[in-house]
Amino acid sequence: MAAALVAIWVILHGLSDGVFLTPRNLYNLAVQSSVVAVMATGMVLVIVARHIDLSVGSVLGFVGMAIATLQVEILPVDAAWNWPLSIAVGLALGAAIGAWQGYWVAYRGLPAFVVTLAGLLMFRGGAFLLTDGRTVAPLDPSYQLLGGGLRGSIGAAWSWALGGVVAAGLVARGFAVRARRVRLGFTPRPLSVEIALLALGCGLVALFVGVMNSTLRPGTEIARGIPVPVLIAIAVAVGMSGIAGRTRFGRYVFAMGGNPQAAALAGIDVRRLTLQVFVLMGILVSVAAVLTTARLNAGTNSMGTLAELAVIAAAVIGGTSLSGGAGSIGGAILGAVIMQSLETGMVLLGVSSPVRQVVIGLVLIAAVWLDAVYTRRRAASSWEAA
Amino acid sequence: MSEPLEGRVSAPLVEMRRMVKRFGSVHAVEDVSIDLRAGEVVGLLGHNGAGKSTLVKMLSGAEPADGGEIRIAGEIAQIRNPRDARRLGVETLYQDLALADNLDTPANLFLGRELRTPFGTLDDHAMERAAAQVIGRLNPSFGDLRAPVRNLSGGQRQSVAIARALHFNARILIMDEPTAALGPEETAMVVEIIRQLAREGLGIFLVSHDLHGVFDLSDRVAVMKNGRLVDVCATSEVTPDDVLAMIITGEPLSSVGG
Ligand SMILES: Nc1ncnc2c1ncn2[C@@H]1O[C@H](COP(=O)(O)OP(=O)(O)OP(=O)(O)O)[C@@H](O)[C@H]1O
Ligand SMILES: [Mg+2]
Repeated sequence: MAAALVAIWVILHGLSDGVFLTPRNLYNLAVQSSVVAVMATGMVLVIVARHIDLSVGSVLGFVGMAIATLQVEILPVDAAWNWPLSIAVGLALGAAIGAWQGYWVAYRGLPAFVVTLAGLLMFRGGAFLLTDGRTVAPLDPSYQLLGGGLRGSIGAAWSWALGGVVAAGLVARGFAVRARRVRLGFTPRPLSVEIALLALGCGLVALFVGVMNSTLRPGTEIARGIPVPVLIAIAVAVGMSGIAGRTRFGRYVFAMGGNPQAAALAGIDVRRLTLQVFVLMGILVSVAAVLTTARLNAGTNSMGTLAELAVIAAAVIGGTSLSGGAGSIGGAILGAVIMQSLETGMVLLGVSSPVRQVVIGLVLIAAVWLDAVYTRRRAASSWEAA
Repeated sequence: MSEPLEGRVSAPLVEMRRMVKRFGSVHAVEDVSIDLRAGEVVGLLGHNGAGKSTLVKMLSGAEPADGGEIRIAGEIAQIRNPRDARRLGVETLYQDLALADNLDTPANLFLGRELRTPFGTLDDHAMERAAAQVIGRLNPSFGDLRAPVRNLSGGQRQSVAIARALHFNARILIMDEPTAALGPEETAMVVEIIRQLAREGLGIFLVSHDLHGVFDLSDRVAVMKNGRLVDVCATSEVTPDDVLAMIITGEPLSSVGG
């Protein structure tokens, strides 16, 4: 998949006469990918659990409108706690919406497809009703930093410092895990391989920071550094990887997706687990709503329209199987970047919006088709084994 | 019916009294009482739909009972779900090999009872280590522990399930058709493991359609028909043909043969 991304980048770079792989374009690409990436990490768990969430775009619109309305029309505008409180309320609202949809799926046995399709309608309608369709603006200047924008990045020094901390963490963890496995009596992989992998990881971190630091604030000589929304998306991705791979909750979601009956017989409360997955999805949609409104510096009732498609496509392109039980957070991040690269690349090439939609649709079909072929082959091989 | 002497001294490991389970109008289990002693293998026989699986599911917590009483080592046991049963030392190998196919062997072995680090995160290395130890005891030629279990053979998958019982020091093991999906060699391996576990003092309920296999392994056989217990006999005192007659007629041996 990383290979697919590199291939797409090289091709777009060639077609665009060397515009695609410039720091400025990659900087924008990173910012634009972050909203979909944040939601895709949650969609991975929803799909792994054998469900789907079609409502994420509408919920983003609804929660975003709620946050904007709170900030501008309800809370005192000049209070320092105005925007933090609006974020907290937004996150709680997203969690409540997730709980509502999760309840119908988990405890009333309705198909997630239907519940969230209803959600797609209801919350889009709700986003309009909140202000009768009026756009709400402007938002708090500090809040706007969360969306990126002109000043919404952390500068060169902080970027390098953060990159250094992450690289050091990678190395420390790599060797700690290695030492642990040796102590437990496993033969570790060759030291050279270990070092090469860590070097690759650190190299990618350095490359990323380098690219982000190579774009300057317009009209200045000041390096922009890592944009705040990208930082948030990375934090979400790391956190969600930890949840998916290192906690009981994540393990149980995968077990339930692989064999719900086995999970229940192992004593897992599969209904509560399902509810929790939808709550987590709702919270992540709220994070995406914060990034979107902060970037737009407004709440509009059309925010997030069709986002469900991009989010599901990112998860599926990233290797999440629609038949459940398989998927990865890292893959979904790559999937989000691939989707955004195609979109941005085609814009650079002057491809019209309707044609872009056709291409993205075809890419989605191709990804699902590959998943289906893979699933069928797997079923065939386990059939032979039986 | 003569009972082994030690059985009278201490309470049986499991006593199920007047168990009842209905699914709507289907009387899956109706007024069945049965005991299981430590170190004993009790075979459960009967036609399809006789209620064998349902009976043991009430002990494993997979189906809550509608009536009756279960005692474990003399104490009344409230078994409402699989967690309760496991806490009481009851491990189950299900008829359909209930494993999460997409997860690897350690994840399946520890599913629901994961080892964790001091931070509360999963300790996959420790689980892999423990899985390697217990699986190595069962099946030295097991293969890759970290492959998803869907890639394993029927016998290997069964070892994963048995390894659960070993690792968590089960006292009571329920095996519902443990060899149904296995080839001859794998069946022989599972049979050997069952003998070994019984020698170590576990009580084992063995559900099977293989009359002769059950006969070889069990100390006693219980025959069910239409949800009711027909009779329980020591295998040393009856022949397979007697048992077959009970399965078919649903009448206890005494009333048929005198
Ligand atoms: N979950 C359920 N819902 C409804 N009916 C059930 C359920 N489980 C079992 N039954 C019914 O209860 C009866 C006993 O089933 P059970 O599975 O215990 O039989 P069994 O003796 O294990 O049969 P087999 O040898 O085919 O495994 C059958 O009539 C079956 O259809
Ligand atoms: Mg059965």
